[in-house]
Amino acid sequence: MNFKVDGKAAFAYTAAHELVADKRTLVFVHGAGLDHSSFGLQSRYFGYHGWNVLALDLPGHGRSAGPPLPDIGSMADWVFKFLDQISVPGKVNLTGHSMGALVALECAARQPARVERIALIGVAYPMKVSDAFLDAARRNDPAAFDMETIWGHAAQVPLRGDPNPGMWMYGDTLARLRRLAPGVLYNDLKACNVYQLAGSVQCPVLFVLGKRDVMTPPRGAAALQERLKDSKTVVIELSGHSLMAEAPDATLDALAAFFR
Amino acid sequence: MAGPKYPGFDTLALHAGQSPDAATGARAVPIYQSTSYVFRDTEHAASLFNMERAGHVYSRISNPTVAVLEERIAALEGGVGAIATASGQAALHLAVATLMGAGGHIVASGSLYGGSHNLLAYTLKRFGIDTTFVSPRDPENFRKAVRENTRLLFAETLGNPGLDVLDIPSVAAIAHQAKVPLLVDATFTTPYLMQPFELGADLLYHSATKFLGGHGVAIGGVLADSGRFDWEASGKFDTLTAPYAGFHNMDFEEESGTRAFLLRARREGLRDFGACMAPMTAFQILQGVETLHLRMPRHVENTRKVVAFLDQHPAVEEVIYPELASHPDHELCRKLLPKGAGAVFSFEIKGGRPAGRKFIESLRVFSHLANVGDAKSLVIHPATTTHYRMSDEDLKRAGITAGTVRLSIGLEDAQDLIDDLERSLKAAMK
Repeated sequence: MNFKVDGKAAFAYTAAHELVADKRTLVFVHGAGLDHSSFGLQSRYFGYHGWNVLALDLPGHGRSAGPPLPDIGSMADWVFKFLDQISVPGKVNLTGHSMGALVALECAARQPARVERIALIGVAYPMKVSDAFLDAARRNDPAAFDMETIWGHAAQVPLRGDPNPGMWMYGDTLARLRRLAPGVLYNDLKACNVYQLAGSVQCPVLFVLGKRDVMTPPRGAAALQERLKDSKTVVIELSGHSLMAEAPDATLDALAAFFR
Repeated sequence: MAGPKYPGFDTLALHAGQSPDAATGARAVPIYQSTSYVFRDTEHAASLFNMERAGHVYSRISNPTVAVLEERIAALEGGVGAIATASGQAALHLAVATLMGAGGHIVASGSLYGGSHNLLAYTLKRFGIDTTFVSPRDPENFRKAVRENTRLLFAETLGNPGLDVLDIPSVAAIAHQAKVPLLVDATFTTPYLMQPFELGADLLYHSATKFLGGHGVAIGGVLADSGRFDWEASGKFDTLTAPYAGFHNMDFEEESGTRAFLLRARREGLRDFGACMAPMTAFQILQGVETLHLRMPRHVENTRKVVAFLDQHPAVEEVIYPELASHPDHELCRKLLPKGAGAVFSFEIKGGRPAGRKFIESLRVFSHLANVGDAKSLVIHPATTTHYRMSDEDLKRAGITAGTVRLSIGLEDAQDLIDDLERSLKAAMK
């Protein structure tokens, strides 16, 4: 569905449903260089199970006009501006993946009165990005796409089956990244790399982590888990960083149980 | 710091798309000879039907064995995914039917496999889809034929039977300027010799019956998508960018920009046209794919020896093979096909139709049949078989004469092949 934020085109996937005032709302926020379709199966499930779904394209990603926003705080503010445009009543729930998890976290810290629960998928805090990855992204070197693709999945992924019949996970990630405007991936990685959570988060939090994640390994979430007292964690055994694609059903089951 | 590394082609050919079977630990790809799959409960059933969960419902739409082949070809081609079909012809039809309906227009190379020519020139025309055929040798011919209702540019990576080397980067650029995708038939080159997506093609398909299988025991096709064509930005593809009443008003591009084409092709094309691949066929073709990287170099090596022999033979008027300096696409071949120009080529025997008939009937190692890409060497006379429906004008445009003989070079001892050809040429000249 097409919207406007600050006069610019903004897109959210709503699972082909109109937004309804008496439904709870679940907002999905994608990771670095990606878009709303990262949550394809999961967002569709919630849309057909009684929720208002808003799987966002952040500015400069997917169908939302650029430029990309320079830091996690600006992205969190943009999410609230988006919600202001569509007048969703009551509190919202947020699910974020990787960079999007930091955005969800920051939303909960900035406007606690508007956030009911947050689910953080594939998150680490701090979310440090290697110099080699940052440098390749800064130069718009295709090697950065390769790094995101290879490190963004469990090492076993290229030699095993995709849960979605006939799809090739590496190829799909690369194709998405190749659609990005120059500089977007660097912008996102830099935003993750410098992010500091200034406020406190009081709402219930779910961590969904991939045991084989080399980009944000489960131990990378420990500091945040310690800080967020009202949290629980689901570790998915066979998944790397791309949990929604690598373990779509297990990820959905964790989300469905948390947001029930 | 060294960057991360992708698995090599040879490793992907053996492993991509398959985990050892979770139930039994079987290392080989199991043949899931099942039409359907038990749902855990009614909620699970509904979520599979509505694309909220991943999995298999009915083998016309997807099957675990077939999915391994699909993923493996997608991996070898560098695509986002693939759909295996009942034949290469089914793959071409699935691509066209997913992109357009009545009123659509295709600009296609005139140097096509006869079956593809039939589909485009006669059958699709009956359903309101027109095709303009052009010589692929000059990419500008494609541009000149583009109309407002053009929805696809289509050609073979190596034209049939003249082996025109498609200038994929140039034709792809023309397609993209026209806001339509370029589809290529990559059967003759396989992902081992050429990767069309890296050169700019958007969609490709194989007759998997040929080199991918390599054994001549199974008919099949595979249609793959690069995921790079922006259907939304093009604005010409309502089948992918508008709500589809036939599937919960799904806007396929909105679901996923990179997967839209394959989503519609599977959810509509396989569902409604039903030209799916059988699991046993997928298993058989996978046996071939696992050795593709070993077989193709040998195919090319044998072909080069046979071409060299024929090129100097007094009974041969001309050998048409892009690696020869005499071929008009020789330079393009060096650039786009550095590993070799495949194992199918044609030559012109002196003496026309009678000499051709005598030659073919004298062969002992080569088999006279309507196929290519087998491990065994094959021969055919296009004017009386694969291209027999084409008019003289179309034949001429495709580079065929009454004396054209097409060979598909297999994996036998190259000297045995040369001896067979030498003896048969001698017989033909008597």
